[in-house]
Amino acid sequence: MNEVKLRLEGVSKSFGKNQVLNGIDLDIAEGEMVCLIGASGSGKSTLLRCMNCLEPIDDGYIYLDGKDISEPGLDLSDIRRRIGIVFQSFNLFPHMNALENVLLAPRRVLGKSREELVPQAEELFTRFGLKEHMHKYADQLSGGQQQRVAVIRALAMRPEIMLFDEITSALDPVLVHEVLDVLRALRDEGMTMILATHEMNFAKELADRICFMDGGQIVESGKTAQIFSKPKDERTRTFLKSLLVS
Amino acid sequence: MNRRAQYEARQKRRALIIASASTVFIVLALVVLVPLAPGWVAVQKSFFSWDIFVRSLPKMLDAFTLNIAIFLWSAPLVAFVGLLIALARSVTAPALFPLRVFGAGFVDIFRGLPVVLVIYLIGFGIPGLGLPRPWNSPYIWGTVALVLTYSAYVAEILRSGIESVHQSQRSAALSLGLSERDVMRYIVLPQAIRRVVPANMNMLIALQKDVALLSFIGPVEVLRQAGIYKSLFANFTPYVVAAVIFLTFTIPATRYADYLMNKQRNERS
Ligand SMILES: Nc1ncnc2c1ncn2[C@@H]1O[C@H](COP(=O)(O)OP(=O)(O)OP(=O)(O)O)[C@@H](O)[C@H]1O
Ligand SMILES: [Mg+2]
Repeated sequence: MNEVKLRLEGVSKSFGKNQVLNGIDLDIAEGEMVCLIGASGSGKSTLLRCMNCLEPIDDGYIYLDGKDISEPGLDLSDIRRRIGIVFQSFNLFPHMNALENVLLAPRRVLGKSREELVPQAEELFTRFGLKEHMHKYADQLSGGQQQRVAVIRALAMRPEIMLFDEITSALDPVLVHEVLDVLRALRDEGMTMILATHEMNFAKELADRICFMDGGQIVESGKTAQIFSKPKDERTRTFLKSLLVS
Repeated sequence: MNRRAQYEARQKRRALIIASASTVFIVLALVVLVPLAPGWVAVQKSFFSWDIFVRSLPKMLDAFTLNIAIFLWSAPLVAFVGLLIALARSVTAPALFPLRVFGAGFVDIFRGLPVVLVIYLIGFGIPGLGLPRPWNSPYIWGTVALVLTYSAYVAEILRSGIESVHQSQRSAALSLGLSERDVMRYIVLPQAIRRVVPANMNMLIALQKDVALLSFIGPVEVLRQAGIYKSLFANFTPYVVAAVIFLTFTIPATRYADYLMNKQRNERS
C-alpha cells in the first residue's frame, strides 16, 4: 500500500441541528481512487466540500500528507489549490471563455504569466479533445464539454488530489462516456481521486475502493469487488438491492 | 406559404387595421374636440405660441448643455460611489461590520428622503458654513446631493445583482484557491454588473431628468431658463420647449433601456 495522502479522523459537521457528518474516519492512499456511494442526503457532497475546506468542519481532523489542514485559521487558499474539485453543475464561469476559465486561477493564485500558461492549457485541452472549443463560452458548449473544461480548470492548478461530486448526473447518457474517459485517463496517471456517484457502473469499473455512506457515517468500506459481491452490512445490502429494483 | 403562416398573416393584417382605425379615431377626436373647449384659445396662446417657441429655443438649448454637463460628471461619480456602497454592504468579514452598518445607513437615509429635500439641505446647508470661494457654490453641493441620492439607488441595484450570482459560482472560484477579493472582482462583480445594466440605464435616465431639480438652488439650467423666459414673455411656452428638449433625449434612451432589458430576458430564457 502507498503512503496515506489524505486522512480523516472523526470528522463531524452539522448544519444547525441537522448533523450531516457524524464521525467520519477515512484514509486515502496516494494514487488511490475511492468512490463514495449512498442514498441522497447521506452526506457525500458535504464530505467532499469539507475535504476541500469549502465547509469548515465542527469536529475531528483532516490531514493532508500528515499535516493538519482542519485547524481553524489556516490559509485555505493554499490548501484548496492542492485539492481540486468539480461539482455536478454550474461549474464554469459564464462570462469567460473556456481558456480564460482555465487560466484565471493559475494566474491569480500561482502568479504565473499568461505566456507560460497558455501552452500548458492548450496541451490539456488537446488531451481531452477540446482544442477547437477553447475559445467558446459555457453556453456554447454541451454539458459533457463543460464538465471536461471544469476538470481541465481544476487540473491546471496541478492539484495532488481531485474530488468529483456527481459530475455526470446532469448529463444525458451519451455524454457520460466522454467524462468517464477523462476519469479513466486520470486514474491511469496515478491521480488520487475521490468520486461521489450514483452510477454504480462507474464505481464498479473505476474504483479501487468503495465507501458506502448512510446518515453521515461510513457504514462500510472495502475493495470494489467485495462491496458489490458480498457486502457485510445490512444497510449496504438494502441500498444495493434498491438500485437493482429501480 | 403554409397554413399556419397564412393564418398568422391574416391575423396580423386584422390587428394592423384595427390599430390604425382606432388611432385615427382618437387623433380626430382630439383635434376636433379639444379646440371646442372654452379655454382653448387662451391655452393655445400661452402654451403653444410658435413665435415664443422659436425665440426661446436657442438659449434654452444653451441652458440644456449645463444639464448635460452636470449629468456627465455626476453619472461616473454615481457609478463609483454606488459600487463602493454596494461592496461595503456585501462584505462579510466581522472586522468590517462598521462598514456594513455605514452602507446600510447611507442607503436608508438617501433612499428615504425626497431628492428635492436632499438638494435643499446639502445645497443650501453646506455653503452656509461659510467655506472659501469655489467651495461655497450651491452648484457643487447640489450636484453632490444628486450624486449621493442616486448612489443609494444604484448601490441597491448592484447589491441585488451581486446576490443574484449563484452561490456555486463562488464555491467553484474559492475551490480553485482564489481569494475572497479575487472572487468578488473576477467572478461575482462582472456577472452582477452585466445583469443590472438595464436597471441602471433607467437610473441614468432618471438622473438626467432630476438634474433639473438643481434649478431650485441656483444653476441656470434648462428649467430655470424656462422660468426666466416665462416671466420675461409672460407666457408658458418656454416650459413646453423644455419638455420637448427633455423628451428628445429621454425617449430614445428609455427605448434603448427597454431594448436591453428585452434582449437580456430573451437570452436568459
Ligand atoms: N449548505 C447547507 N445548509 C444546510 N443543510 C445542508 C447544506 N448542504 C447540505 N445540507 C444538508 O446536508 C444533508 C446531506 O447533504 P449532501 O448534499 O451532503 O448529501 P448527498 O449525499 O450529497 O446527497 P445527493 O446524493 O442528493 O447529492 C442533507 O440533509 C442536506 O439537506
Ligand atoms: Mg450530493
